[in-house]
Amino acid sequence: MKKTLLAMTLVLGSLGTVHWATADEGEREHGLLSLLGYGQDVDPVANATYKEECGSCHFAYQPGLLPERSWQGIMTGLKDHFGDNAELEQPVRDQISQYLVANAADHSATGRSPGIAKALTTEGAPLRITETAYFRRKHHEVPERMVKENPQVKSFSQCQTCHTKAESGSFDEHQVEIPGFGGRHH
Amino acid sequence: MKRRLILISLTALSGAPVLAAGTGFNAPEGKVLWGRTGQEGRLCADCHGSELKAPGKHVKTGKRIEAMAPSVNPGRLADLKKVEKWFKRNCEWTWGRECTAQEKGHLLAWLSQQ
Ligand code: HEC
Ligand code: HEC
Ligand code: HEC
Repeated sequence: MKKTLLAMTLVLGSLGTVHWATADEGEREHGLLSLLGYGQDVDPVANATYKEECGSCHFAYQPGLLPERSWQGIMTGLKDHFGDNAELEQPVRDQISQYLVANAADHSATGRSPGIAKALTTEGAPLRITETAYFRRKHHEVPERMVKENPQVKSFSQCQTCHTKAESGSFDEHQVEIPGFGGRHH
Repeated sequence: MKRRLILISLTALSGAPVLAAGTGFNAPEGKVLWGRTGQEGRLCADCHGSELKAPGKHVKTGKRIEAMAPSVNPGRLADLKKVEKWFKRNCEWTWGRECTAQEKGHLLAWLSQQ
């Protein structure tokens, strides 16, 4: 099984169709594990209420992508949520807050969560994943024309448009397919 | 049947008189409301699309929104709380204010026929 997967991976890699070149060699091993389905960048969403309420306007971001204080900030400002009204009634709001806090980056040992939490210790409580230094560092090589100027993507906030396995909690660069551009080959 | 109940409970909740089935709300009126331009030129169709049997796309985030028509998406208009929640958000976003009970009734009369 392992061998078959590896062989498939090699074939895909050599065709160069869904392959985004590794920028960060230090994380290569993690990337390969992930591709084989053994690695996990963040825990997938495991709360139906959260998925329903916070996944209707956009991708349901995994709690492990932001620290507790960021989620607290988001949950107390839902009335003006990035220009939208995302208000929730009780007890739903508390249920969701509890789920987010319990699984936040600073309370999770999975994949990238500890790294995200660590990288954010000097950053206050960012309300956007896409504005954290961690996120920007991972995406600095992705040009505007593939994002803002790409009608099929529009903004970095739409993780799932490029990360084909985003919903399962996997953001591996090898699984990236930018709509209208496909993978990038080196 | 369930949708008719939602129509009636909406009016009851909002304090408006519960109207006899079929008399108070009408679908053509709902259709007009659906197409009414709100603040900054906003429309319900900005996110739900102009073809209600087809999926829409959130105008800000680009996320797919499943079809609004109950004939192709049976889960639609079946949960009063959900309907109320989204009326509140979407009327405010599109028209800059909450919808009246009358408007909601007309809209539901029209949407439920799709
Ligand atoms: C009514 C629609 C709506 C709902 C419901 C909603 N959001 Fe949002 N959210 C938005 C919009 C619009 C943005 C900004 C997206 C953009 O800039 O492309 C956003 C952005 C975000 C971001 C920042 C993404 C980034 O750029 O890093 C987070 C985090 C977020 N939402 C969390 C939540 C949570 C948690 C909930 C549930 C409590 C929720 N959202 C419910 C509309 C919504
Ligand atoms: C426009 C397409 C696009 C969007 C939208 C996008 N990404 Fe990425 N992402 C990429 C690409 C391309 C890479 C690989 C970059 C590189 O290696 O230079 C990447 C890399 C990453 C990595 C590092 C993966 C690795 O293997 O090192 C993480 C984590 C990540 N993205 C998370 C996210 C999250 C979370 C979101 C949504 C908030 C998101 N991305 C939205 C294109 C995108
Ligand atoms: C900014 C985007 C946006 C606009 C504009 C918008 N909606 Fe929505 N609407 C949504 C989203 C997102 C949902 C929830 C996702 C879903 O149910 O698929 C929703 C759900 C609904 C629902 C709940 C349907 C159900 O499942 O029972 C109703 C009713 C509704 N909208 C009516 C309207 C009306 C009426 C207008 C115009 C006044 C409007 N919407 C404008 C985004 C929008």
